[in-house]
Amino acid sequence: MATSGGQRAVDGGPADEFRIRFDGVQLRRGDRRVFDGLSCGFARAQINVVLGGSGAGKTTLLRLIGGLTRPESGSVYVADEDVTRLSERELFRTRARIGMLFQGGALLDSMTIFENVALPLREHTQLSERDIAAEVTRRLVAVGLPDTEYLYPRQLSGGMNRRAALARTIVTDPEIVLCDEPFSGLDPINVRRIEALLVDLNRRLGLTMIITSHHLASSLRMADRIVFLVDGRAIAGTPEDLLRSTDQRVLEFLRADSDGPEGAPRIAPAVASAGRT
Amino acid sequence: MRPAFVSRLGFGTLELVSHLGRVALFLGHIGRVAVRKPYRLRRLVNEVFDSGVLSLAIVCLSGATVGAVLGLQGYTTLSRFGATGSLGAVVGLSLVRELGPVLTALLVTGRAGSAMAAEIASMVTTGQIDGLRMMSIDPVDFVIAPKALAMLIALPMLSALFTSFGFFGGYVVGVELLGLDGGMYVSSLERSIDFRDDVAQSLVKSVVFAALVGTIATYRGFHAEPTSAGVSAATTGTVVVASLAILLFDYVITALWSV
Repeated sequence: MATSGGQRAVDGGPADEFRIRFDGVQLRRGDRRVFDGLSCGFARAQINVVLGGSGAGKTTLLRLIGGLTRPESGSVYVADEDVTRLSERELFRTRARIGMLFQGGALLDSMTIFENVALPLREHTQLSERDIAAEVTRRLVAVGLPDTEYLYPRQLSGGMNRRAALARTIVTDPEIVLCDEPFSGLDPINVRRIEALLVDLNRRLGLTMIITSHHLASSLRMADRIVFLVDGRAIAGTPEDLLRSTDQRVLEFLRADSDGPEGAPRIAPAVASAGRT
Repeated sequence: MRPAFVSRLGFGTLELVSHLGRVALFLGHIGRVAVRKPYRLRRLVNEVFDSGVLSLAIVCLSGATVGAVLGLQGYTTLSRFGATGSLGAVVGLSLVRELGPVLTALLVTGRAGSAMAAEIASMVTTGQIDGLRMMSIDPVDFVIAPKALAMLIALPMLSALFTSFGFFGGYVVGVELLGLDGGMYVSSLERSIDFRDDVAQSLVKSVVFAALVGTIATYRGFHAEPTSAGVSAATTGTVVVASLAILLFDYVITALWSV
C-alpha cells in the first residue's frame, strides 16, 4: 500500500483520477494533531472505504470534504474546486453535488420521516408533491423502512433513524455520497441490506462513495479502494493490498479486529468476496 | 500590574467590538433571507404559534395579576390624597408605558426565548444544523429567520394582551372589590392615555424588545458549543443577556421619548 506524505504525493495514481483529493492537510484539535500533512485521493465512481481506529479522524475527513470543518493548512479538492477557499454561499453550490449521512442521522426532529426525506426534493427540485411522495416511499422501502412516513425520528430506534437518514442522503442521487459509519448499530440483515443498496447505487449510477466504517468485513466486501488513517496520515490501496500489507499499524488493526467478538474466520470470506461482481 | 490591567481591558474591548460585529452580521443575514424567496410562511406560522400562542396563558395571567396589584397599591396610595378617582389613570399609564412591554418581554424571554435558544442549540449539538448545510439549505433561512420574525410578530401582540388583562385586573380590584365607580375608572383610564406619547411608545418598546429577544436567543443558540453544557449556556445566556438588554433599552427609549 502507498503511504501519503510530502507535497502533492497523492497515492495510487495521477491526481486527475481522483474526484476528491486531500493535499497536505494539517488539522489540530486542542493539543492533539488529527491530520499531519494528510494527502490522499478518493477515486471517481468507486466505493472508497475509510478505516482507522477511534479518533483517527474519519468523521473529520468527511467534514473537511463537506466544508463543515476548515483545516489549518492544506487543500481539499472536490471536483477540482478547493473547498477550503470557498465562502459559505459558494459551498452551497458544491454541496448540492454531495449527500452526507451523519453518524447520528441528523434528521430534523421537528419533522416526520416523510418530511425529512422529502426536504431536499422540495428545496432543490421542481417535482410535484405526488412525485415527491412516490420517490420518498421508494427510498424508504429501499432502506427497509416502509410505513414509517408519518412517524417522527424520536419514535424510531437509532439504527432506523440512520437508515431514514440514508434515504434522505441518496434521495437526490448526488454525485458524491459521504457515509459516516452507516453500519454501526445495525443488525446483520440490515448491514447486508444497506451494503447492497450502496453497492447498487454505485454500480448503477456511478456515484463516488466515501464510507467510514469500523465494520471490517463489510468494508472488505464493498470497497474498491481503502484509505487507512493512522498517525494523521493515510495508507491507501485496494482491499487485497490492505490484507497483504506488511505495515505493522495495518496488521495490528486487522489483528485486533479478527480478535473481536465475531472472531478471525470472518476476514477470510470477506477477502474471498472482495472481488465481487 | 497596571499594564496587565490595561492589556486585559484592551483585549476585552476588542472582544466586545468583534462580538457586536458578529451579531450585526448575523442580524444582517436574517434580514437578507427574510426578504428573499422562499418566504417559508408555514414555518413562520408554526413559530408564531410556539412563541405567541403557547405564551398566552402565562402572559394573560401575569397581566391580570399585575393589574390587580397595581389596583390595590394605587388605591391605597391615592386614598391618602382623596384621589381614588384617578385609579384608572395610574393603572393605565403604568401598564401602557412601562409594565406592559417590559414585563411581557421578560416573561417571553423566560418562556419562548429560552426555549428557542435551547432548541437551536440542541439542533447544533445533534448535527441537524450541519445536516441542513450539507443539503445546501441555509440554516439561517430555514430555522433562524422564521423564529426571529415570529418573535417580532408575537411579542407586540402579547404585550397588548398583557396590558388589556392588566386593565381588567385593576378594574376587578378597584371596582368590584374596593367599590370604586366603574365609569370613573374607565373614563380616568381613557382620558389619561395619549396615543402618541403612551401607546406609540409602548408599541415601539415592544417591537425593539422583540428584536432584542429574537436576535439574542437565535444568536446564542446558533453559536452554542455542540455539547449539553453548550445548550445550557445558550439558554441561561439568553435569559440573562436579553433581560439586561430589555431593561437597558427601556431606559434609553423612555429617555429619548422624553426629549
